[in-house]
Amino acid sequence: MTATIQSPRSGKIQPKYRRNGGSKGNFEMLAWLFMRLSGVVLVVLIFGHLTVNLLVGEGIHAINFGFVAGKWADPFWQFWDLAMLWLAMLHGTNGVRTIINDYAEKNATRLWLKIVLYAATTVIIVLGTLVIFTFNPCPVANGVQLPGGFCPAP
Amino acid sequence: MPTKPAGTLYRGREGMWSWVGHRITGVVIFFFLLVHVLDTSLVRVSPEAYTAVIGTYKNPLMALGETGLVAAIVFHAFNGLRIIAVDFWKKGAKYQRQMLWTVLGLWVVVMVGFSIRHLSLAFGGH
Ligand code: HEM
Repeated sequence: MTATIQSPRSGKIQPKYRRNGGSKGNFEMLAWLFMRLSGVVLVVLIFGHLTVNLLVGEGIHAINFGFVAGKWADPFWQFWDLAMLWLAMLHGTNGVRTIINDYAEKNATRLWLKIVLYAATTVIIVLGTLVIFTFNPCPVANGVQLPGGFCPAP
Repeated sequence: MPTKPAGTLYRGREGMWSWVGHRITGVVIFFFLLVHVLDTSLVRVSPEAYTAVIGTYKNPLMALGETGLVAAIVFHAFNGLRIIAVDFWKKGAKYQRQMLWTVLGLWVVVMVGFSIRHLSLAFGGH
């Protein structure tokens, strides 16, 4: 009789030898992979962001409401900023989750720190997304155009 | 006589310190990102509110802080690519030390360039 021993990491491990108890699925592996994939994309997005906003032209002096209006008039930059927001927030949140797991030893402490973390992440992602898509270059309050806005000629 | 523990390949060496640096810069960038999304959100309040808060980023003292932040991001970015190479490249683990020195070299070059540009803008007006 021959017993077949599957090679390690072939994924064909008998369920009773699996380390994750089968309940968590591949979550940690996918999180690990996401850190690397998002990292590569973030290098491009963030370096592009810093170059366009701080290095070209007048650099930081050029940044004001009109600068933002100019960028978000173009769907290209809306998409750029959206991708950067989501990827950086999810990457950063997962990184901080790892750090909480490393240092917070009590179950209750870990739980609470993660609740605060995920709440902050949700607020920032939702707020940032809304800001990108509801941006109005010609803001109006009580029927009056706010100073500094860019409005079409009447 | 107690003696110092023998060194290991990891503890106290390039691998450990690059990990410490990666972790600290990661957290710093994360907290800045929270603030940065909030300040940018002021474009939905009024043009004046946004321009006022962005104005605080334009003074020379803040420019030093911004340069520090960019230094953290550039280190985290280059070292992140090194981590990816260690994990996915066949010879990554073997050359992790050399790659760290490459990361630091590139980091110095980029930061010298960035600092000259950004600080001369911030301190010189233009
Ligand atoms: C610029 C491109 C970036 C690259 C290439 C990059 C790459 C990486 C990599 C490879 C890891 C290691 C993950 C692991 O060990 O499993 C990591 C961890 C981390 N990153 Fe990034 N990252 C980038 C941007 C960011 C940004 C923008 C943030 C913050 C919002 C951030 C926050 C973190 C944190 C908090 C960790 C966890 C550190 C730890 O566990 O010690 N990273 N990053």
